[in-house]
Amino acid sequence: MTATVENLVNQPYKYGFVTDIDVETIPKGLSEDVVRLISAKKNEPQFMLDFRLKAYRQWLKMSEPDWPHVHYPAIDYQDITYYSAPKAPEEKKQSLDEVDPVLLETFDKLGIPLSEQKRLSNVAVDAVFDSVSVATTFRKDLAKEGVIFCSISEALHDYPELVEKYLGSVVPINDNFFSALNAAVFSDGSFVFIPKGVKCPMELSTYFRINTEGAGQFERTLIIAEEGSQVSYLEGCTAPMFDTNQLHAAVVELVALDDADIKYSTVQNWFAGDENGKGGIYNFVTKRGLCAGKNSKISWTQVETGSAITWKYPSCVLVGDNSIGEFYSVALTNNMQQADTGTKMIHVGKNTRSTIISKGISAGRSQNSYRGLVRMGPKADGSRNYSQCDSMLIGSDAEANTFPYIQVQNNRTKVEHEASTSKIGEDQLFYFAQRGISTEDAVSMMISGFCKDVFNQLPMEFAVEADRLLSLKLEGSVG
Amino acid sequence: MIIANSDVILSVRNLTADVDGTPILKGLNLEIKAGEIHAIMGPNGSGKSTFSKVLAGHPAYTVTGGEVIYKGQNLFDLDPEERSRSGVFLAFQYPLEIPGVSNLDFLRVSFNSKRKHEGLDELDVFDFDDLVRERLDVVKMDPAFLDRSVNEGFSGGEKKRNEILQMALLAPTLAILDETDSGLDIDALKIVANGVNQLAKPENATLMITHYQRLLDYIVPDFVHVMSEGKILTTGGKELAQELEARGYDWVKAEDVAGVAR
Repeated sequence: MTATVENLVNQPYKYGFVTDIDVETIPKGLSEDVVRLISAKKNEPQFMLDFRLKAYRQWLKMSEPDWPHVHYPAIDYQDITYYSAPKAPEEKKQSLDEVDPVLLETFDKLGIPLSEQKRLSNVAVDAVFDSVSVATTFRKDLAKEGVIFCSISEALHDYPELVEKYLGSVVPINDNFFSALNAAVFSDGSFVFIPKGVKCPMELSTYFRINTEGAGQFERTLIIAEEGSQVSYLEGCTAPMFDTNQLHAAVVELVALDDADIKYSTVQNWFAGDENGKGGIYNFVTKRGLCAGKNSKISWTQVETGSAITWKYPSCVLVGDNSIGEFYSVALTNNMQQADTGTKMIHVGKNTRSTIISKGISAGRSQNSYRGLVRMGPKADGSRNYSQCDSMLIGSDAEANTFPYIQVQNNRTKVEHEASTSKIGEDQLFYFAQRGISTEDAVSMMISGFCKDVFNQLPMEFAVEADRLLSLKLEGSVG
Repeated sequence: MIIANSDVILSVRNLTADVDGTPILKGLNLEIKAGEIHAIMGPNGSGKSTFSKVLAGHPAYTVTGGEVIYKGQNLFDLDPEERSRSGVFLAFQYPLEIPGVSNLDFLRVSFNSKRKHEGLDELDVFDFDDLVRERLDVVKMDPAFLDRSVNEGFSGGEKKRNEILQMALLAPTLAILDETDSGLDIDALKIVANGVNQLAKPENATLMITHYQRLLDYIVPDFVHVMSEGKILTTGGKELAQELEARGYDWVKAEDVAGVAR
């Protein structure tokens, strides 16, 4: 076997830098005063403060869940900063010229196209630095079509009725411990509204960048697609390399009305900690889509490669008859990473359909679990689900698990589940080597083939990136 | 590099090797020249498969002594990939399934790495597609197999034919067939043998590892070696294989113990 497996350059996490910029933070700790302070800083309408306080009081009564297949030291919620934002004048920048050049440079370094010349002409970007949205491109062009794409903070000022109507309608305040916390202290996130009959003319994407050590990141994203509308949204994320863990507890709510179609893609590359598991982001996220309308469709595609711990179940509640929910996922864990991720497909309406394709890749000494729920409700006549959970093990110390839950309350439905496990071990690599193919190429080919079904779902511009990102993350993992 | 008929392609002297510290090869000697077809037979546990894996460079085996010269070079100086690109081909006894990687892609990447090594231009997807479809005939394979994942869902016979297809594309200098006949019915055997015979040329050489004499009816060897307990005990022509079939391996071992000169 080629001895270069260990010698392969183990690419350092190239997004690990810290941006030197003045930030405004509030002292660590959480209390009702902190909640009020956050709301005041953002100058929020009363309903929003009420929402936060209700959530906070609810959170105090809840206890942290301990059922996932992940282990982490207890989180001290008083040892976190709940607000951190780059110091800047109050009003949002009208043009990119007014954004602090240091911030623009940061996003440049991350490969996020913000400036006029560099941006992809068909992708609008909302850039979020620590807790605050610093720039959103193409807003005017989108506004011409009636599409609203802005930060949640701005939406609260400019479209409060819309936010009030839908916020918390998909993930209620008391849904779970982390969503309650998020509802109390969330800082920013993206707001998208697509009016009736409009097919959004460009990809919308938000890029989250954590910068301040010790700060928690609590974004809230809300996407509303009215009747007959369509949108494709992508989020990307990275963070610097700190020795301590950071909590990222986000909430994403999607609402699709009759005949609407929402595609939500995520490429997650948070700092995963070092080879010994020190540092890294705790990615505890609640994402849920409500197919409220008939014939509506919500599709989740995720490529999770980072985080010390990934704990999330992007789900679909299929209420509207004939609605469709999809979940495509590639979750990669390496070194000491842990993942407990999957989806919930809740079939309520008639003739609803769901598809789950989950690919877990475990390397190093990591732990990777798929957890999924498929529920066929009593009125979901004619509904169908197809689930495929595949695990790939690289090396001999990694772990892969599958915890599927199937609950059927209607005998006029169909649920299918397939699972497979494969490995990239010495024998596979030797077969490639004996045909003249190097270890790097062999791993790359096997992983690409394994993830094909999921990568095909990503918006084209990002499918290539995802492929490369995986190869990068796996360098040095074999041998 | 054109190899003249009398050139030695492989020269093995006193090769010893073990796996997990257990010695398997205990002083193996063999010489293979261009244009020759050799067969190694022997009882289970004699080290036949180990020999083929050691030649190919499988990481589980450790060479503990002796030397192997391949085309004038120390074989052990080369990584498995390098050995492959210099023309060493191993048709596996149990070809692995590689889900997600299509046969076509696998064949093309393999073919192009050899081309690159030889300083030739790599073939693009279209040109390669034409080439491979021509070669399918050597093993009578359906083009539909090309789009399937490597060996996934293939029957035993189909897997072995796939190995020979790869051989047809890579045109190796030394083709090592490790129990290629195991698990094959008579029809599959004939197709495989036919393929191997088509590919045998004066410039290359073939080494078959086999249990049974049957394969040697179809691929006629120039030399038959009998291996036992990590060494080659005796060498003969194709008649030796028939004698083994009739008398079993114990006969050879007994003669060896008695120190009969060869």
